[in-house]
Order: sequence, then structure tokens, then C-alpha cells
Amino acid sequence: MSKRRVVVTGLGHISPVGNDVSSGWANLLAGKSGITNITRFDASDITCQVAGEVKGFDISQYISPKDARRMDVFIHYGIAAALQAVADSGLDDVAGLDKTRVGVNIGSGIGGLPLIEETGVARHEGGIRKIGPFFIPGSLINMVAGHVSILKGYQGPSYGIVSACTTGAHCIGDAARVIQYGDADVMVAGGAEGTISSLAVGGFAAMKALSTRNDDPATASRPWDKGRDGFVMGEGAGVLVLEEYEHAVKRGAKIYAELVGFGMSSDAHHITAPSAEGPARGVLNALRDAGLNPDQVQYVNAHGTSTPLGDANETNALKIAFGDHAKKLVVNSTKSMTGHLLGGAGGVEAIYSILAVHNQVSPPTINLHEQDIEGGCDLDYCANTARDMKIDVAISNSFGFGGTNGTLVFKRV
Amino acid sequence: MENIEARVKKIVAEQLGVNEAEVKIDSSFVDDLGADSLDTVELVMALEEEFECEIPDEEAEKITTVKQAVDYVTAHLNK
Repeated sequence: MSKRRVVVTGLGHISPVGNDVSSGWANLLAGKSGITNITRFDASDITCQVAGEVKGFDISQYISPKDARRMDVFIHYGIAAALQAVADSGLDDVAGLDKTRVGVNIGSGIGGLPLIEETGVARHEGGIRKIGPFFIPGSLINMVAGHVSILKGYQGPSYGIVSACTTGAHCIGDAARVIQYGDADVMVAGGAEGTISSLAVGGFAAMKALSTRNDDPATASRPWDKGRDGFVMGEGAGVLVLEEYEHAVKRGAKIYAELVGFGMSSDAHHITAPSAEGPARGVLNALRDAGLNPDQVQYVNAHGTSTPLGDANETNALKIAFGDHAKKLVVNSTKSMTGHLLGGAGGVEAIYSILAVHNQVSPPTINLHEQDIEGGCDLDYCANTARDMKIDVAISNSFGFGGTNGTLVFKRV
Repeated sequence: MENIEARVKKIVAEQLGVNEAEVKIDSSFVDDLGADSLDTVELVMALEEEFECEIPDEEAEKITTVKQAVDYVTAHLNK
């Protein structure tokens, strides 16, 4: 039995570089960084004081202020991106849409940590009665999917996968399989994160995982550059509308790209340190799922977080997976501009990969002035300037703590 | 007492996301103002905060209208 085909018919995006798809994409192509000094809280006692914050976001454009008050910010971002994606797809205009065949899979890496932090303080200072009734539903990770299904009346599968920084990719890949398997015709899928809080930034800083380039935030995220010194936290959400091909064609939907492959793997190695073999197997699994040879890929939206170890490791993984063809790939890190959206990364980066295929252009990897060739980072990373190029197939890599890997493959339609 | 009533109505309007004009003295939180069970818990917490008092759960369960809230606060503030 041949697999049902899955295409992308809607995009929604909230990120440090823009609160909709078109402004975010334009800023990426222009090489604009969304990284600034942290404004959300006083970070003066943390070694890292920079982050990619979402700016000028107004949740009341999407839901009522009363409802908005009762959920943490990652849910806001996820709902906003999901509603954008649904609007973009035109699903609302489909007469007789069978909503029992539409589902939602939007995850988050950490979920409502700011609300957990805030409630912990309130409980500590005021006692157990200061825990509000919306604390639990306001911080649970699957509540992005829960709210979107309620808002839109979608009665198919509703869930969110949690796999640290691979969350978004896993949600999208798994949602595609739900369609392939026949459990749904449409899935709203992606990842959301909103944890620029002292517990989260302090926590990653305690691992020495974050950049400390506090005097020059816009250059702090510099994948594959010799001066890279850790990742920069970002926040936001990226959500896709995935749709069974015939369903999309029948209603005359705009099709951005086809999701032709998804692969997963585990390093089985270490909770935080990466291995090259694990991600390489994830990439190869995705290409096998897609029925493509490595030399048919032109663009890689890399995990590329700007950590000394991770960037070199991913380069090695790509060489294992692609062999000699690795040298011909354009390997791009949009995290150089957005920072690392953790559970949201796979969501927004799927969008960037799709738009790279759709518009035949690679965004730049900014701040790449002294490429770390001695450190093994010797591929073509599309340094500093966007590049028009032929892209038939793009892949998007995500790797998470726990050694969990996911790769999505998008093909031009 | 009007002062207490006005303050209660303001809190009810804020918590339940309705216009203050819609909040009448006889309004039921659930039947008239669209509150669910979680909303009413949070509303009681807001009343406790505003009037610096503690409303025991068994008392809170009996407060289902604006009037009952006003009466409870009035009675307990006068003590």
C-alpha cells in the first residue's frame, strides 16, 4: 500500500524576528538578528544576559484578555501561530470540513516554567491558598493543542510531543504520520516555547550552555564561527497546517511544499553531549522514509545552536550521512538570528525550510566571520548573505537533550 | 456598603471578562456571567485579596451571586 502524501498548506509564526511569517522571513533574508539584552526580568545576576525575545506581541489579537490571563506565554505563542496557520491555509472557508478528521499536535520543550516559577514564589510567600485554579491548566504542555482544538472545534487527535529541543520536529513528523496512517486528513502541528525567565535562563546558564557575549547581543549567536561560546535562548512558536495531498488538491489549497520524509534516532550516549552517529542515523532514516538519495538534497536547516561542541558535531554527522555530497550542501543556521527556541525551534525552522524550498533561497548564517575550519566546521554555511539557489529538497535537523534526534524532509511541489 | 458593592462588581467584571454594566446585584456568576467552576474559585481568591480576608471553602461554595459576595464581605468586614 502506498503512503498517503502529506503537504503543507498553512504557516504560522511568532519569533524574535517577527510575529508573522512574512515579516519574520523578510528579516531572516536581510540577516537581521532578533537577539537583544534580556528585558523580561532582571538578569543581572546571571552570566548570560541576552536572549531572543518576542517583541510587540499582542495576544488579544487572537483570544480574549480574560482567557489569555489564564495561561502561560508559551500557550499564547502556540495559539497565535496555530491560528495564523489555519487562517493562511483557508481551512475556515472549506464548507463541510469534517472537523472530526482534523487534529492538533503542538508541543513544547519545557512548557509553563515561568508560571510554575511565579506560582512557586506565591505559594512560598502566601501559603497554599495562593495557588490559583488556572495554575495547572495554564502550564501543561499539551494545552496549546487543547486550546486550539477548542477554539477551532477540531475533534481529531489532540496532543503534544515533548522531546526537549527536538519537540517541534517530532510533533510535525508524527502529525504527518497520523495523516499517512489515515487517522486524520489535516493536522495542525508544530512547537512553542516561552521560557525567558530566571529559572530557565539560570538553569541553562548553570550548565554553561549559554553565550556570555552580553556586550554585543546581536552577535552572540554565531554558529560555526571560531568565537562561538554557547547558544542564545529564544522564544516563540512555529506551526504548520499539514494536509493529505488529495484533500488539499480537491479544495484548491495553496501548497507550499510536500513533507516527504521524517526520521528519528537516539544517540544512546549522554544526557547533553552529542554524538555524530545519532544525528546521522536520524538524517538517513528521514531520507529513507522520503525515498531520496543523499545527493538529491540541496539545503539543510541545521540544528546549529552556536555551541562549541554541537556545531562541530553536526558537521561530522552531516559528513557521515551525506558522504562527499556534504560539501555541496548549503548548511544554514537561522538560529544565528532567532536564537534557540528550544521546543519551538523545530516549528519555526520547518517553516524556514519550507520557505527556502518555496522561494528557492537560503537565509544567511549571520555572524560567521571567522569560520572554525580547524575545529572541523568546514562546510558551506551560507555565511552572512542570503543566497538564491536551486532547492528541490530541504531537510531540517533538530537535536535535544537526552540524545533525541529528528529530521524532516521537505520537497518542492 | 455601596462602596463594597462597587468594589465587588469591579472585581467580578475583571475576573469574568465582562463589562461592569452587565454585573447586577442579582447576577449569578455561572448562569448570567458565563463563569465556569475554575472561574469561581479564582474569583473568590480575588475577593480575598481585595478585602484582605480569608473565605473558607465551605463558605466560598455558597457564594454564587454578586449579592452573596457583597453580603459575605459586608458581614465579615464589620466583625
